Amino acid sequence: MIIGRLAWQSLRNRWITVLLTILAISMSVILLLGVEKVRNGARESFAGTVSGADVVIGARSGGMQLLLYSIFHIGNATNNVTWRSYEDVVSRPDVAWAIPLSLGDSHRGFRVIGTTGDYFEHFQYRGGQSLKFTGGKAFDDLFDVVLGSDVAGQLGYEVGEKIVIAHGIGSLGPKHDDLPFRISGILARTGTPVDKSLQVSLAAIEAIHVDWRSGSRIPGLHTPADRLRQMSLQPKAITAAIVGLKSRLQVIGFQRAINEYRAEPLSAVMPGVALQEMWGLVGTAETALLGVSAMVVVTSMLGLSAMILSTLSERRREIAIFRSLGARPFTIAGLLVAEATFLTVAGIALGMNALYAILIIARPFIDKRFGIDIGVAPPTVTDMLLLSAILAGGILAGLVPAYRAYRMSIANGMMVRT
Amino acid sequence: MGVIMNADAALLSGVEFKWKARDAFALAVAEFRVLHGERLLLLGPSGSGKSTLLSLLTGIATSQAGIVEILGTALGGLGNSGRDRFRAEHFGIIFQMFNLLPYGTVLDNVLLPLSFAPSRRARAIAAGGPEVEAKRLLSALGLPTDIGRRSAANLSVGQQQRVAAARALIGSPEIVVADEPTSALDEDRQQDFLDLLFDQIDATNATLIMVSHDRRLSRYFNRTLQLKDIVGGLNQRGVTA
Repeated sequence: MIIGRLAWQSLRNRWITVLLTILAISMSVILLLGVEKVRNGARESFAGTVSGADVVIGARSGGMQLLLYSIFHIGNATNNVTWRSYEDVVSRPDVAWAIPLSLGDSHRGFRVIGTTGDYFEHFQYRGGQSLKFTGGKAFDDLFDVVLGSDVAGQLGYEVGEKIVIAHGIGSLGPKHDDLPFRISGILARTGTPVDKSLQVSLAAIEAIHVDWRSGSRIPGLHTPADRLRQMSLQPKAITAAIVGLKSRLQVIGFQRAINEYRAEPLSAVMPGVALQEMWGLVGTAETALLGVSAMVVVTSMLGLSAMILSTLSERRREIAIFRSLGARPFTIAGLLVAEATFLTVAGIALGMNALYAILIIARPFIDKRFGIDIGVAPPTVTDMLLLSAILAGGILAGLVPAYRAYRMSIANGMMVRT
Repeated sequence: MGVIMNADAALLSGVEFKWKARDAFALAVAEFRVLHGERLLLLGPSGSGKSTLLSLLTGIATSQAGIVEILGTALGGLGNSGRDRFRAEHFGIIFQMFNLLPYGTVLDNVLLPLSFAPSRRARAIAAGGPEVEAKRLLSALGLPTDIGRRSAANLSVGQQQRVAAARALIGSPEIVVADEPTSALDEDRQQDFLDLLFDQIDATNATLIMVSHDRRLSRYFNRTLQLKDIVGGLNQRGVTA
């Protein structure tokens, strides 16, 4: 009891170095667990880009490529899916719903997606959240367009304004400027590529290409909007489709049926699986990040060890007094290990409190800015393992000076050196 | 004058010792006896092997050859932790200076040895409780009654030596070892300090072994020995340091 109180007073006597050591440990705790939280948040947000969808269908290609152009709007499809095949596939009895996607046009660098009303009804992200409108509603008229939140936010558009869609995905492509679109609605933020896209009806995509052949306007041809509205604008092809099945159990069978589809070469991927594959590619960076924060932890442990070691020379007298009173060398070594353990525990406690404070404060900002939802959840098993590793490191760091003090207390005998 | 009894408080016989790391320094003691209840003064300058001799007596160091027997117990027969426990139970030690843990209170400094010595704690409890006993010793040694709560760092050297004496005396250990306890004090204070120390030692009939270079102190003691008469160097190079 007295020994514990004296050990505590010894720490208080050195409070500046003690505080700095605790701060260093807590910083390393914040960094290590913070990186872990962001890592998990990023992975979950990434995996939540599409949810609730069982299969994505496109022309025959690799699964990742299909996902890249259909969901992330990166790159282009090698081929289209004919409307007849699409209708044939989605009329299968195991299909619950389907969202056709027709890509290829853009507005000031943002992708325009031709789709149907099902997009707003069935598209889900991040654990089954549906799309919501912050203003207006889904497209109704042939020349209505719905904007993702980034498109509206960055370009400063509001519901009711008119915009022009460009042909192709470059910002310098020829424009469909004879047929402006009215903004019918703006979507709420999702943190997915939906934010950076515009949605129009499939018929609208057909309409703006009535006077076009192979990527350029047919000279002299100009069909006015009113006439287009009366035309039958059945699409001949789409780029891809997101499909929900009636039962998860049917996914494998459905996927095989698509991959073996006779009329044209098609591919079907399960988005969850392909997203995981893609994360495997991106994941090297996060492992490097974790590696760096592990180095920070090691550094703080070395600092702890150095701090206690540096006090040893001024504590020779203290050690000699303890020895003369009958303290065993083992007790003295134990005091130093206890000191290191205490400092590590204090560092962990401070770090965890600070981390959660930071998470709670920064969470809305990070979600808004980066589309990453870092969940403020109790520590996971991995977190606990990391913390145990830090604690073990702290004890280990205490063993070095403890061993020195042990040797010293045996060798110095009763000589109190000042 | 203490009562001289016929039993040995300490006996060193045929002792040879080397600090392992520095094998040049070595020390030999042919025979050295301290009687129970005796007040013994060992005279010698620093470097004459006094720290080593005290380390051997108190069991902090162990000899390579010979016998070290304290209160009838051969220290060589005890293990390392056994010797530490034995020292805690039977020795009270006062150093020359810098005796106290500066960050602790006076009371904690005095009570600290009881943490390592259950029998001394039991004796302190029998005397009215550790804190009561500590306060009694502090005031018997001429310190103000409220000193217990003060930090040891804020005391004068004279006060520190008295607190160190109280720490050495608490729980009535059989042997008190003092290593130049008065050298940091002026002459008047030396006298005061020794008078108070002897009163307490007489009260518990303890044995006192004191080392000093000041031969004027010998009038307070039963017996005075020259360190150089006890300690012989095996290796002349080292001992004459």
